[in-house]
Amino acid sequence: MTLEVSIKKRLKGFSLETEFQANGEYMGILGASGSGKSMTLRCIAGIEKPSSGKIVLNGRTLFDSEEKINIAPRNRKVGYLFQNYALFPTMRVKDNIKIAIGKKNADKQKVIRNLIERLQLDGLEERYPCELSGGQQQRVALARILANEPDVILLDEPFSALDSYLKEVLQKEVLEILKDYHGEVLMVSHSRDELYRFCEKLTVLGHGQQLLTGATKQIFKNPVKYQVCKLTGCKNVSKIKKISSHTLYAEDWKIVLKTELEISERIQYVGIRAHDLVPWNGERERENVFPVNYFSSVYTPFEIEFIVKKAGEEQGEEIWWKISQQSFFQIYSEETLPEYMSMPKQFLMLLE
Amino acid sequence: MEQIINKIDWSPLFISIKTGIVATILAFFLGIYLARLVMMTKDKVKWLLDGIFTLPLVLPPTVAGFLLLLLFSVRRPLGAYLYINFNIKIVQTWAGCVIAAFAIAFPLMYRNARGAFEQIDVNLIYAGRTLGLSEFKIFWKIILPSAKPGLLSGMVLTFARALGEYGATTMLAGNILGKTRTISVSIASEAAAGNYGKAGFWVIVIVILSFIIVVSINFLTGKGMKNSRRWSG
Repeated sequence: MTLEVSIKKRLKGFSLETEFQANGEYMGILGASGSGKSMTLRCIAGIEKPSSGKIVLNGRTLFDSEEKINIAPRNRKVGYLFQNYALFPTMRVKDNIKIAIGKKNADKQKVIRNLIERLQLDGLEERYPCELSGGQQQRVALARILANEPDVILLDEPFSALDSYLKEVLQKEVLEILKDYHGEVLMVSHSRDELYRFCEKLTVLGHGQQLLTGATKQIFKNPVKYQVCKLTGCKNVSKIKKISSHTLYAEDWKIVLKTELEISERIQYVGIRAHDLVPWNGERERENVFPVNYFSSVYTPFEIEFIVKKAGEEQGEEIWWKISQQSFFQIYSEETLPEYMSMPKQFLMLLE
Repeated sequence: MEQIINKIDWSPLFISIKTGIVATILAFFLGIYLARLVMMTKDKVKWLLDGIFTLPLVLPPTVAGFLLLLLFSVRRPLGAYLYINFNIKIVQTWAGCVIAAFAIAFPLMYRNARGAFEQIDVNLIYAGRTLGLSEFKIFWKIILPSAKPGLLSGMVLTFARALGEYGATTMLAGNILGKTRTISVSIASEAAAGNYGKAGFWVIVIVILSFIIVVSINFLTGKGMKNSRRWSG
């Protein structure tokens, strides 16, 4: 099972350029809204035509601008889960599934019954889409795609329209359902959490340009580029001046930092995730330790986020520190905040 | 009243209904076809075509009738061509009734069809394509059922308008009893001749027919709306 994509498409205001390969693993495309990620899926499905490039699925060329190949969407065997599910409103659940079953499949009733059971749609067969909840609609849409037996399933922001509780339940459900599916799965999202949970491999798009492709965990650990770092949700990024091979000056924060990795000439930024900052109570003249002033705090249900700056550097940029409420209140309180903070070497991300 | 009914020549009722049915059938298919055509054309051409197809709705019917008369008169190229080659005469004939009614009522079908099609979520069509359905199947199984309420109400409105057409009909088809005299034309000419009884009778017939039409629109659209959640109250 392989999907090779290498396409260019001119869009309003920018041009989309992306190139990646998926080999049977779950692949994700991360990007801000308007970065061209949905467009990539639409090109693979054949809903949109790329300006140039090539799309090959399991050795079948779906699109090739040089060879002038452009297979019609209905012959591509590409399943597309639309953000609004696009269920046929005038058909009952069972007919929505039935219409997608291929001609070769003789026993349609059996296929329908299997899918109804597998996707827990029992008792809903006779309903119309508007009589279903969001989660049920999504399951019908998936059943309809599976009935068509595609070689690849494209998920276009599948969970972004749902509330956060339902989202997690459905993510689990969809993973469960797709476990038995042996084709390619490609998912597009602006949510790093969703992709981290879902996809082994990731491609990051920024304004049409492909920034990075690789193993999801590796990308979150070492985002390599400034934009990727921001897209993976890192709040603290500073421009740097290199001092020596393992020492840099973070210009925005006004802090000198030692690094574990050698600082190459291409490195222009340093980043650290908000939860990787460590409050420091030990010896003060240690590397990567600095005094802090507090500016504000934000409470989320289980965490606290503080906005701090290096003490005495009021011109410096804000630094976010995130800590779970549990560990925070074990040691500190709002009256006794840590006076020093450390940016441990191993958590510093060197960025181009 | 009984005396009036006994003396009534029923031909205008049948001519009206026959005209309405034929004009509606023509408008139904052409309206759907042209609505799709206009939707697929580029912006500038689209507004031009839309303007042409909608014009008969806003023009005074007598103006439309006059233009049709110019077009189909046997002294003009098209009229002469039809008459000489096919022995078809439009002016002062029942065919004229149909063409006049069709021309005036067609925009209603066209606009309703376009409105109904344009309300369809384009993702439904894309979904159909990615699921391997042919364009033919997508049109018959997905687009038409979704557009059904709009198409049906367009059809009923078209029939109603065709049934009541007066201005263009008198211009093009005239007022020949048993041949081109429709109910609307009857009302005008009976009233002009001072036969208020007969005119009143036809008025009652039209009111009843119109009421049946309105009720049937409500019934058709209400039934079609059952499967979707819309604004009600």
